[in-house]
Amino acid sequence: MSEAPAPDPLAISVRGLRNAFGEQLVHDELDLDVRAGEILGVVGGSGTGKSVLMRSIIGLQQPTAGHVSIFGHSVIGRDDAEMADIRRNWGVMFQGGALFSTLTVAENVQVPLREYYPKLDPELLVQIAAYKVLMSGLPPDAGAKFPAELSGGMKKRAGLARALALDPTLLFLDEPTAGLDPIGAAAFDDLTLGLKRTLGLTVFLITHDLDSLYAICDRIAVLADRRVIGVGTIPELLALDHPWIQSYFNGPRGRAAQATLAQSIKREA
Amino acid sequence: MMIEMADFIEESNALRFSGPLILARLGDIPERLHELHTTPAVIDLSHITRLDTVGAWVVHRLSQRSGATVIGTSAVATHLLAQVAAADRPVEMVPDRAHPLLHLLSEIGRSAATAIKTMVGLVGFLGDIILATYNILSTPARFRWPAVVQCFDDVGVKALAIVGLMSFMIGLVIAEQGSTQLAANGLEIYTINLIGRLSIRDLGILMTAIMVAGRSGSAFAAQIGTMKLTEEIDAMRTIGISPVEALVLPRVISCTLLMPLLGFYSSFLSIVAGGLFCWASLHIPPITFVERLREVVPITDLWVGLIKAPVFGLIVAMTGCFQGMLVESDAEQVGLKTTAAVVQAIFLVIVLDAFFDVFFTQVGWG
Repeated sequence: MSEAPAPDPLAISVRGLRNAFGEQLVHDELDLDVRAGEILGVVGGSGTGKSVLMRSIIGLQQPTAGHVSIFGHSVIGRDDAEMADIRRNWGVMFQGGALFSTLTVAENVQVPLREYYPKLDPELLVQIAAYKVLMSGLPPDAGAKFPAELSGGMKKRAGLARALALDPTLLFLDEPTAGLDPIGAAAFDDLTLGLKRTLGLTVFLITHDLDSLYAICDRIAVLADRRVIGVGTIPELLALDHPWIQSYFNGPRGRAAQATLAQSIKREA
Repeated sequence: MMIEMADFIEESNALRFSGPLILARLGDIPERLHELHTTPAVIDLSHITRLDTVGAWVVHRLSQRSGATVIGTSAVATHLLAQVAAADRPVEMVPDRAHPLLHLLSEIGRSAATAIKTMVGLVGFLGDIILATYNILSTPARFRWPAVVQCFDDVGVKALAIVGLMSFMIGLVIAEQGSTQLAANGLEIYTINLIGRLSIRDLGILMTAIMVAGRSGSAFAAQIGTMKLTEEIDAMRTIGISPVEALVLPRVISCTLLMPLLGFYSSFLSIVAGGLFCWASLHIPPITFVERLREVVPITDLWVGLIKAPVFGLIVAMTGCFQGMLVESDAEQVGLKTTAAVVQAIFLVIVLDAFFDVFFTQVGWG
C-alpha cells in the first residue's frame, strides 16, 4: 500500500525559473527540487520572492521563463481542465488563512469537496468537513463560526482544514506560524509533522520561524540573490559558508532555536 | 486506460474492500454501503491498494454502525483509522438560526435602529468636524494644505471630464424633451426658460452632487475604511494626530469648496448643450438664445444654486468619511460602508434639495 501516487520521486521540480515584474528581476535561473514525503522549509530575507516562488509553482503567477513540474506533470501553459486534475493533488494554506468570509468554517472546508466531487454523498460531505475541522486542531464549536469570529491562530487552522479537504499529497504552507504565540506555533508545528506522518504529505513550507526549521523540516532551501543558493539540512547549509546563511543560523536567534531543540531532544531521551 | 475504482464484496459475514480506497476513487461506495442488507461482522482491508482519510472515515463509520472488527490493516491503515477515530466527535456545523418570522422582525428592528443610530452619529460627526475646524482656525499652522490640494485634484480636476459630459447630455435631454412637448402648442421658445432655469437652479447642482457622491464619497469611505482596517487611524491617534483633522477635514473642505465650482461648470455646460440643440433643431440663433436667457432666468436662480452646492458638497464628503470611520474588523465591511456612504449621500442630497426648493419659493426666490 503506497501513499505516493506517482512513480516520480520528485514532488516538485523547478528548472530555470525566471520571474520579473517590469524592470525588477525577482528570480533568475532558479532551480529547486522537493522530494516526495519530505518537509522542505523555504527561507530567505524579506523580498527574496519566497511567496512569488510558491505562486509560480501553484500556477497563480505565470513565470517569465522556466519550467515547473509537479509529480512529473508540467504545470506551465496548461489549460484549466488539465490543471484541475493536477490541482486536486495539492492544498494551499495562505498567510492569513484566506477563508471565504461569507461562509462558515465548515462550509469553507466543504468548498473544494463540492467543487471536485459534486456527486459526493451529502451526509459524507458533512462528516468529512467535521473530522477535518477536528484534525486541524480546532474546537468542535468552530465549524459553525464565521471567519470574522475567529482569532488569527484559528483562522490559520481553518485555512489548513480547507487545504486538507481533498486529502492532498502535497501541501503548501505560507508562513503558518507567523503571528502565532510560541505555544500556538509549537502546536502548529506538531500538527504539521503529525499530518505529514499520518497522511504521507509532502510539505512546501515558507517560514521565518527558526524553531519550525529546526523542529520539523527535513531539508531547507535558502533563497538569496534571485535563486536558491543552497538546499540541505542545517549542518549541510552551514558547510556552504555563505554569509547570509551563516548570519541566519548562527545569529542570536538561530543559536537560541538550536539550544531549544537540543534541550527537547535530551528531554525525550 | 481504465481507472481502477474502489470496490467491495459481501462474503458470508465479511465485507472485503479492494482497490484504492481514496476520495477520488470512492465512486458510489457510500450509497452502496447505505443499502447493505446484512451487517458484517468483519471488515477486511487486506486487498486495498491505497487509503486516505476519507476511505478510513468510511470504514470507521461502517465499523461503528455495525460493530464489525476491521482486519487486514497495514501499519499506515491502522494509524489512519486511529486518527479518524480520534476526530470522531460531534462538531457544530451550522450557526443557530432563528424562526423566519422572528428573523424578519428582528431585521426590521435592526434596520430601524441602525438608521436612527446613523443619523445621530452623523450629527455627532458634524460636531466633530466643526470642532476640528475651530481647532485649526486657532492654530492655522497645523492645517494640511497639501492634503487639501491633493483632494482638489481628485474631487475637482479629475471629475471635470465626466461631470462635463454628463451635464452636456442632460442639457440635450432637457432641450429635446422640452421642445417636443412645447412644440405641440407652438411654444418652442419656452424651451429656453426650461433649459436655463432647470440647469442653473436645480439639475446642474443636483446631478453634480450625485456624481461627486459616486466618485468621491465612495472613494472617501473606501480609503478611510481601509486605513481603519490596517490600523493606520489607530497609529495616528497614538502619535497624537487627530484623524478628523488630518483625514476628514481636508476632504470636507475640498468638497464644500469645489461643489459650487463644479455645479456652476455643470450648469454652464448643460446650457451650452441646450443652446446648441435650439440652434440646430429649433433654428434659434445663439444670440437670441442668450438674450432670451437673460430675460427669463432671474439672478436669484444662480444664488439658489450656489447656496445649495456647498451644502451638498459637505453632505457628500461627510457621509463618505463618516461611513469610512465606521468600518471595523473585516474587508467585507469596507464594501458595505462604501455602498452605505453613496446611498445615504444621494438620499440626503435629494431630501435637502426638496427642502431648499420649498424654502426659496416661500421667500420669493421662485
